[in-house]
Amino acid sequence: MEKVLDIQNLHAAFSIQKKDYEVLHDISFSINRNETVCVVGESGCGKSVTTLCIMQLLPKNGKIQSGSIYVDGTDLTKLSKKEVRKFRGKKMGMIFQEPMTALNPLLTIGFQLRENIINHRGASKKEANAIAIEYLKKVGIANPEQRLKQYPFQLSGGLRQRVLIAMVLSAQPDLLIADEPTTALDVTIQKQVLSLLNDLKKDMNAGILFITHDLGVVAEIADRVVVLYAGRKVEEGTTHQIFKNPLHPYTIGLMNAVPNVDLDEFEIRPIPGTFPNITEKIDGCRFNPRCPHASSCPKCFETAPEMIEAEPGHFVACHLKK
Amino acid sequence: MKRENQLLVAFRKLLKNKLATICFILIIIELILVIFAPLFTQYDPTAMDTTLRLRPGFWAMDSELYLPGHWLGTDELGRDVWSRILYGGRISLSVGFISTTLGIIFGTLFGMLAGYYKKLDNIIMRIMDILFTFPGILLALLIVAMLGVNVVNATIAISIWSIPSFARMIRGRVLQIKEEEYITAIRSLGASDFWILTRHVLRNALPTIIVIATMRMASSILSIATLSYLGLGVPQPTPEWGGMISTAKTVMYQASYLVVIPGIAVVLTVICFNILGDKLRDILDPSLRD
Repeated sequence: MEKVLDIQNLHAAFSIQKKDYEVLHDISFSINRNETVCVVGESGCGKSVTTLCIMQLLPKNGKIQSGSIYVDGTDLTKLSKKEVRKFRGKKMGMIFQEPMTALNPLLTIGFQLRENIINHRGASKKEANAIAIEYLKKVGIANPEQRLKQYPFQLSGGLRQRVLIAMVLSAQPDLLIADEPTTALDVTIQKQVLSLLNDLKKDMNAGILFITHDLGVVAEIADRVVVLYAGRKVEEGTTHQIFKNPLHPYTIGLMNAVPNVDLDEFEIRPIPGTFPNITEKIDGCRFNPRCPHASSCPKCFETAPEMIEAEPGHFVACHLKK
Repeated sequence: MKRENQLLVAFRKLLKNKLATICFILIIIELILVIFAPLFTQYDPTAMDTTLRLRPGFWAMDSELYLPGHWLGTDELGRDVWSRILYGGRISLSVGFISTTLGIIFGTLFGMLAGYYKKLDNIIMRIMDILFTFPGILLALLIVAMLGVNVVNATIAISIWSIPSFARMIRGRVLQIKEEEYITAIRSLGASDFWILTRHVLRNALPTIIVIATMRMASSILSIATLSYLGLGVPQPTPEWGGMISTAKTVMYQASYLVVIPGIAVVLTVICFNILGDKLRDILDPSLRD
């Protein structure tokens, strides 16, 4: 299978007041063509930073310390700024969390779609218009000709997210990065956008990196799941493996935290404790202050657990699973 | 085409405001009078006639000194005040317009570069700070003194004077726009910095530019009047409002209207542009909108 994205041993850090704090530690995973990989975890675990690393859009105080990011076989970390810019849009497109602010409010939808198509496909204005209409139809927008003339404020959130998806897809990227694209939408629209992405993936033959903290969304869309905790990958497996047989105590905690209406005992069981600050130093496993099993295992406080393959394709980093 | 639409919307909103409408109409009337000055007066603004010195205007219609035709009277050299006001307005308005335009072009350029590129920020803004340390008119005086007294140099002086405040305001706006998510989104689609700056940042800064340009127009007109009053703007005998006030000083007690009339012209123009700018800001400035 062809890999559209391959991240290897990625380390990234933010410098705050001239001190570097590691936000991503040894992250590795890959995405094949026609596959959706979900990255899940709490706010601040490094999900969005991962996407920004791939897009090379880290804020000024952030940097990739080591590791490589291959998109379509090219290592982005070795490219110049100008070369990376050619990759953005063309090879990898990104859908943002907040559709309300991700469009320029002063320009029509049509202008913004066309400018992107002309830029990436070298189409004439007329061709670009036709392509724009085609893609708006693809994302399920009724009377696209009219929509092209409208400004972002005239569209609802769901419509704007569709426009953004159309904009990203119209450049025909091989990798689609979606950073919580449904978080700002209400549930019915969320469902529509998810099935839209599923259909489009098959259509475009692209790989999707989907960032979310919503396990319901994961179950719906993902082929494989990567669980991040405090900048580290703690578990990786197919969606089936992760949901049927979660191995890491953190993943189990996440599953339990989802309320299940079908059970008699309708109760949310949160993971105790709070997420560590990046400035905090924790020896051993980063999850140990919150882990229910750590107290009986001294190793958890001494060394960081290595990634092991518990079953084919299912990896976990936990001392207790050895 | 699309941008015109939006400006039209803003313009229609502007006309809903009575005060702004009055100011707008006054400015239009003034522009017509000044541009087509020969149609509204038959006298040459520089033609002197010492036999007709200091003749009063329409307010002394019963006086035997009143000359029909010179409805605003004549000055100490027998020149028609009405034609001098009209032709003087040509200088005031065109200097105001040209120096504001030059100020906008360079101020926007510097402001955008400083706001967008962090590396250039310090260099550009420190240079602007140096220009800021001169009290406004002093900087213009300095430039005119160095380059020589004429209209072109006065225009250059006023333009340079307005660059730093433009640059500072545009920079602030660009800093704000730069952080918007749509800029990141556009960048993630592979847009170049140049494209982002010209297509997205500039366009979003446009309302701010329009507002400060209108306000600046008022102060530029005031500046050229000030410079001419000080004898450093437009040399005599070319009519100019500030210059008219300056030469009328000597006969102020016999003929106060020679000071008052050009004074009214300056004040009216400046107030109109200021009010227009103020109302435009209410409409266009996103930070004041809901």
